[in-house]
Amino acid sequence: MADLFLHQLVLPVAYILAIVVPLIVAVAMFVYWERKVIGWMHVRLGPTKIGPWGTLQAFADVFKLLFKEVILPAKANRFLYYLGPLIAVVPALAVWAVVPFDSRMVVSNANAGVLYLLAVNSIGVYGIIIAGWASNSRYALLGAMRSAAQVISYELATGFCLICVLILAGSLNITEIVNAQAGSKGFFEWFWLPLLPVFVIFFIAGVAETNRLPFDMAEGESEIVAGFHVEYSGSPFALFFLAEYANMILISFLSAIFFLGGWLSPVQGWVHLDAPGWINWLWTGGFVWILIKAFLMSFLFLWFRATFPRYRYDQIMRLGWKIFIPIAIAWLFVSGCMRYFDWVSVGVGA
Amino acid sequence: MNRISGYFKSLLLVELLRGMAVTVRYMFKPKYTMRFPMEHIPKSNRFRGLLALRRYENGEERCIACKLCESVCPALAITIDSAPRESDGQRRTTRYDIDLFKCIYCGFCEESCPVDSIVLTSIHEYYFDQRGQNVVNKQQLLAIGDRFEKQIAEDRTLDAPYR
Repeated sequence: MADLFLHQLVLPVAYILAIVVPLIVAVAMFVYWERKVIGWMHVRLGPTKIGPWGTLQAFADVFKLLFKEVILPAKANRFLYYLGPLIAVVPALAVWAVVPFDSRMVVSNANAGVLYLLAVNSIGVYGIIIAGWASNSRYALLGAMRSAAQVISYELATGFCLICVLILAGSLNITEIVNAQAGSKGFFEWFWLPLLPVFVIFFIAGVAETNRLPFDMAEGESEIVAGFHVEYSGSPFALFFLAEYANMILISFLSAIFFLGGWLSPVQGWVHLDAPGWINWLWTGGFVWILIKAFLMSFLFLWFRATFPRYRYDQIMRLGWKIFIPIAIAWLFVSGCMRYFDWVSVGVGA
Repeated sequence: MNRISGYFKSLLLVELLRGMAVTVRYMFKPKYTMRFPMEHIPKSNRFRGLLALRRYENGEERCIACKLCESVCPALAITIDSAPRESDGQRRTTRYDIDLFKCIYCGFCEESCPVDSIVLTSIHEYYFDQRGQNVVNKQQLLAIGDRFEKQIAEDRTLDAPYR
């Protein structure tokens, strides 16, 4: 009985907390870091007042949002209105179950991890559609429609990119995909090199899927106010916010896992030193590497936002359907050849 | 040829990367932000800010109610009434009101004043939180002058060689 209690209740809750609490803190600090970086790129300072160097700014914003009134529009569908943000946020958190942080540090080492990832991740868009529809507002509906069309078209490109990775790695298990990138040539063994165009497409499509600038048609402040969440306030809005930023962090982690070798060290196979464990990870790999890689990838999100103006709607569709998908399909063929004729070494000498 | 090179340029994201190089360069530049209450932009000693009435060193108010400032004021912001002072019969103002909403801070009143009584200080951070506070009377103007006399005198000394 006690054993059942432990395995059915205590451990799952512990796993959930171990993922969600650091994730929420990471989202808060990411929001702070975003405002700071964009401020610097605008030759401003960004937040400086709350906490040392403004580090607690995001927490102040969160508590402000939680204490605010939740306003239900008069003609909104009450049930769906509150369901929307939940559907947006739950997949954004649930996806992390299959994300490996180290060779053994993963909640669920599922064999079909990539499938789970794609499936759960694509539920998130329903939250946006439901929220936009249930608000009973023109702007919200327009934002939801744009978002739906955009996310679905870019999911195709993302899917093709992942198929290229799967062909090379030969597995749907995410841990094995990372292990397939191990080798004696350091970061030249990682998939970004044989799959360079696919890597670029995957990341840009990821930016588009999270509705971030320059693809933020779903929000489009200057056109449709705030898009699908225009009618939301207080804690439901905070949930949308959390989902968006958790998805950004997820895309950063996925780029690191699928193309940048996950927790593998970039100098793996080059340095052979006998050192104590606390410094060993520098060349044998460890969860610090995946954090560093994901941090650098997530910096790109902020960098894009500070640099590029918003795409026009038809340009987004053209980019997704006429450029990304053909290139991804072409590279699907190339990676098939790479695999068939053994042009790349996969998972040798790990 | 041009079309082909343009095609490859857009495919290799050349222009996007160039734009990103610009923003990352700006990221490390010194920032323009002035943290206002803690930091201040350096101000000229000729800065024309809030108005004030000055006194002589013995505490006697300078203003002799000549009303030159009232007549020179292009915005008609100054209102002066005068009468002989009860104690010694000197000509003094009984009322000296300036409407700070009308005032355009041109400094003509200071130029016209024969006894350097009305001056424009370098104060520019002030606010009204109630209706009617925009009209400052003689007591308030004198109080401003008393409080910032040191600054006012210093600004005038610095500017003296150029007048």
